This record gives sequence, C-alpha cells and structure tokens, in this order.
Amino acid sequence: MSAVPEWFAGKARWSGFEIAFWCALAGAYFLPNIDIALLSQIFIWGLFAMSLDLLLGYRGIASLGHAAFFGAGAYCAGFLGKYGWGEPVSGLLISMLPAAALGWLTGKLVQRVSGVALLMVTLGLNLILFDFVQRSTALTGGDDGLQGIAVDPLLGLFRFDIFGRTAYWYSLGALFALFVFLRAFVHSPFGLALTGSRENARRMIMLGSPVEGDISIVFAVSAAAAAAAGALLTQTTQFVSPATLSFQRSADVLVMLIIGGAGRLYGGLIGALIFLVMKDWLAALSPVYWYFWIGLLLVLVVSFFRKGVLPSLETGMRGLIARLGKARGGGPPA
Amino acid sequence: MAAVLTVLFNGIAYGFLLFIMSVGLSVSLGMMNFVNLAQASFSMLGGYAMVAATQRFGVPFLASLPIAFLAAAAASVLIERLVLRHFYDTDDLTQVLLTLGLVFMSIAAVTYFWGGSYQRFDLPAWLTGQQDVLGLTLETYRIFLVLTGALLAALLIFGLERTRFGAMVRACVDNQRVAGACGLNTQLIFAGAFAIGGGLAGLGGALAANLLGLDPNFPLRYLVYILIIVSVGGMGTISGTLAAGLALGTADVMGKYYFPQFGGVAIYAATVAVMLWRPHGLMGRRA
Repeated sequence: MSAVPEWFAGKARWSGFEIAFWCALAGAYFLPNIDIALLSQIFIWGLFAMSLDLLLGYRGIASLGHAAFFGAGAYCAGFLGKYGWGEPVSGLLISMLPAAALGWLTGKLVQRVSGVALLMVTLGLNLILFDFVQRSTALTGGDDGLQGIAVDPLLGLFRFDIFGRTAYWYSLGALFALFVFLRAFVHSPFGLALTGSRENARRMIMLGSPVEGDISIVFAVSAAAAAAAGALLTQTTQFVSPATLSFQRSADVLVMLIIGGAGRLYGGLIGALIFLVMKDWLAALSPVYWYFWIGLLLVLVVSFFRKGVLPSLETGMRGLIARLGKARGGGPPA
Repeated sequence: MAAVLTVLFNGIAYGFLLFIMSVGLSVSLGMMNFVNLAQASFSMLGGYAMVAATQRFGVPFLASLPIAFLAAAAASVLIERLVLRHFYDTDDLTQVLLTLGLVFMSIAAVTYFWGGSYQRFDLPAWLTGQQDVLGLTLETYRIFLVLTGALLAALLIFGLERTRFGAMVRACVDNQRVAGACGLNTQLIFAGAFAIGGGLAGLGGALAANLLGLDPNFPLRYLVYILIIVSVGGMGTISGTLAAGLALGTADVMGKYYFPQFGGVAIYAATVAVMLWRPHGLMGRRA
C-alpha cells in the first residue's frame, strides 16, 4: 500500500553520487592550476541550463528564447548595482522577481500552442526584448552595455577580487542553493504532476490535475532561476550587454542541456561543463573553427545519444550492474 | 510619393529574395513536418558557388545562377539521404538541434575554405546603375530581382498546381500515408521536392549575395527571417510563403526607412500574434 510513496521518497533521497559531485565542485577550487574563472562560468551556465531543464525536461516545453529571462535578470541586477543597491544577495533575489512575472505571462501566452508555433513564439518574445534593449541606448547603453555597476562585498566581508575567488564561491553557493530548491520542487507533488503532464496531458486532466495552469507556474519558476543565473553573471563581471539576451545564447543553452541530457537537473550542469571545457580547449587550438566541433558534437549527440550524455551513461551503468549481478548468480530485485 | 513607392519597390525586391530562400523549408515542413534550419546553409552555399564560378572561373553571372542552384540541390540531396531522413520520426526540437548543428558546421567549413570576410564580386555592367520606370528611378538589379522572383513564383505555383509531379507533391503534403498507399514513392518524391527546395535556396543565396552581403554568418543572420516567413505564411503553401515573404520584406525595408526607432519589434510582435492566433500559419491548413 505504501510502496508508491516510498518509491517517490527514495527518488528524493540524496545519493552518494550527488554528495560526491558537490564535494568535487567545492574541492576543485583547491586543485593546482585550475581555471576558477572557467569554473565560475560553468556554474552560471549550468544554473541557466538547469532552469531550462525544468521547462523542457520536466514539462516537455521547448523554448528557443530562454535568454530573455537570463537577460532580464542580468539587466535587473545591473540596474540595481548602478543605482545604488550594491548588496549582492538581496540584489540576486530581487532580480528574480521581474523575470518570474515575465515567465508567468509567457506561460499564459503559450499554454495552448505547441510544436513549431511554440518555438516561434518563444523565439519572437526573445527577439522583441533583445531589440528593445539594444535600441534603448539612453536606458541600457545599447550595444556598449551597462557601465558603472558597483557590487558591495559579499555578506559585507568578501570583496569581488580580480582573481574571481569570491565570484567562485558566490556562484557555487547560489547554484547549490537554487539546485536544492529546484530539486525539492521537482520531487514535490506539483513537480510529479508536471512530469505526468509531460507524459500524458489528457490523462492528467482526467485525474483532475490543472494541466494548463501549471504551465505558467513552471515558466515563472524556470524564468526566475534563469534570471538568477543572469544576475550572477552581472554581479561577478560588473558588466552587462545585450549579448545576454541574444538568440545565440538561447541556442547555446539549449545545446548544453541536450548534450548533458534533459530531465534530471544534473544534465544541464554536465552539459555546461562539456560545452565550456570543449570551447575553451578548442578555441585555444583554433579560434575560428571551434564552432565546427560544437556543431558536430550536437549532431552526434542527437544521432546516437538521443537522450543526452548523462542518461545514456546511466542506462549503460545500470546494464553493467545488472550483468555483474547476473554473473554473481543473484539478479537484482525486480 | 515617388520616394515612398521606390522604398516599397525595394521592399518587394527584398521580399522576393526572402521567398526564394524560404520556399524549400516550407515544402519540407509541409510534406514531412521536418524543421530544416540547414536551408539557410544551402543559401550560403549557393552564394559561395556563384562567387567561385564568376570570380575564379570567369563564368558569366547569369550562367553562374544555374550552377548555384545545382550545387545547393546536390548538397541538399546528399544531406537529406545521408543524415536528415533518419530523423523524420523525431520531434521538432530534435530536428531543430540537429540542423542547427549542421548550420554551425557549415559556417566553420565555409570560414575554413573562404575566410571569414565578406565576399566581393562584380555584377555585370548591364545589371548595375538605375532605370527610369513610370517616373520612378529604380536600381536595375532590384528590377532584375523582382522579375526573376515573380517568374520563379509563377513557375512554382504552376508546377505545383498543373504538373503531374506537383500533384504528387500535393498528395504527399495532404496525407503522406494515403499517398504512399496509393502507390506513390513518397521517399523519392520527397527527395525530389527537397532537391528543388534546396536548389532554390542556393539560387536565392546567389541572388542575395550582392544585396545582403555574403559572409560565413549569412545563415545565422537570415535563419530567423526564413523561420518567420515559413511559420507565418503556413507550412507547405507556396502562395502563403510568397505572401509572408513579400509582407516581411516590405515591412522590414519600410520600417528601416521610416520608423528606425522600432527596429524589428513590429515584425517580431506580428509573428508572435499570428502564431498565437493561428499556430499553423495564415494560409496553413489544420494538421
């Protein structure tokens, strides 16, 4: 009778892999010759990809315009810093609010469209915001970006230094805090209902689940998380430009998520890690042609690992464990 | 008044260019429900084929246009048979990502062979300069574009409505399974339509090189416009794509002349509104 809730509770429990993963991220700081600026970028992009995963992986809604929310958060944090609100943590939290409202509205707009129309609507909204920000030179500085953003020391103690040490711990801390929240969110009954709607919306309606209303809520949460990533970028670099809102960025984050694997939060992080490390390495080899290899990786991933790298690894591991179990004579419990 | 009409004419010329580049995607979306962003790369390929033919081998401009068509058609059939056909049964997003990957690869490959700068080439003397038509002073090249575009549109509509192959294509757009059950080789028909669409994209790229500039980022710059035209016009309809192409071309050029402060916002907002109102496009049939 209680088997089903127990199964869900088991899913929500932290595994040894996860604890090791986060310890490794924190421990990476102390490795010799580690590029902590690159790692901070990976945390920020990872958070951004994770926010898209909430939409795409857990609710099955594709967005070609997720940079709109990232950019909204980035500009909001920029304005706060420029006009006197330099406290980073509260600035980060405040920056999430407008994007959440924007996401809620977007969700309301798109709750009835799907397929190509959905891609076009999200792309169109992203382009409108990009064009607006680029053209409002008096407000945003246009292509030159927003200058003169001041950020106070973190918790009043740690200044944002040029080596990016504070930025490293700040982005890791924010990433972890939001991850814990999103993890709880997707394992909550509401999160499970989202997955249900992704799998079979008609059946969820039969069960009395408000399928369409859920879309605006998950959009708002996803947008807020994307905005947090944008605000982190602004606060750690003290600069924001229209590039934060570009179609290129929307495409890149989608590519990261697909490479890593959608539908398990860690996919975005792994995807950001693979994408940015590859980019760093390839751009050093040949600054002009590195996009060829990213393109090839994308083609290979959608051709051979339809679900992304992480789920394919998981399936492979499970198969291996099952085979080992059989070799020992006792199969795994069904 | 004359100035407004000249701007309008320039917009129409631009619209015909966009139509030629987009019509292939409209057909592939209508027939196989396949989102092929690589269409923009076929356009770029056609442009580079034209530049190579005229600049390196001294082929006359007019003769280089069929070369651009054939080069892009050959490339599109090759890509379709080797890669794309394995993805007909996947969802829109997978197709978008797959073909986006191909676009990235094409950009880097073109940079490798031709360098990253804009390609320069000379139009023949008879296509440069201006002409007086009905009291308006129009650029000769744009007149050439409008005539070519109108001719191509007429040929396509006639071909689709009146020829045997056109009837087969329409049958496949309407219901691929039933068309197959009636004995049509849908794979072959699709490959044929795909080749024509890819070739037209290449021709569009060759015609656009002079007006829009040709560099490796060409696909990314025009990808969004191509997508807007096809989705707003309605997938699988030639006339819808033509109407949307002309509307976008005129709106874009007129907007740049008279309302530069708005930029693309009006176009993007109109796209969003149309997609919310009619997700299958203005002239698209309900799928």
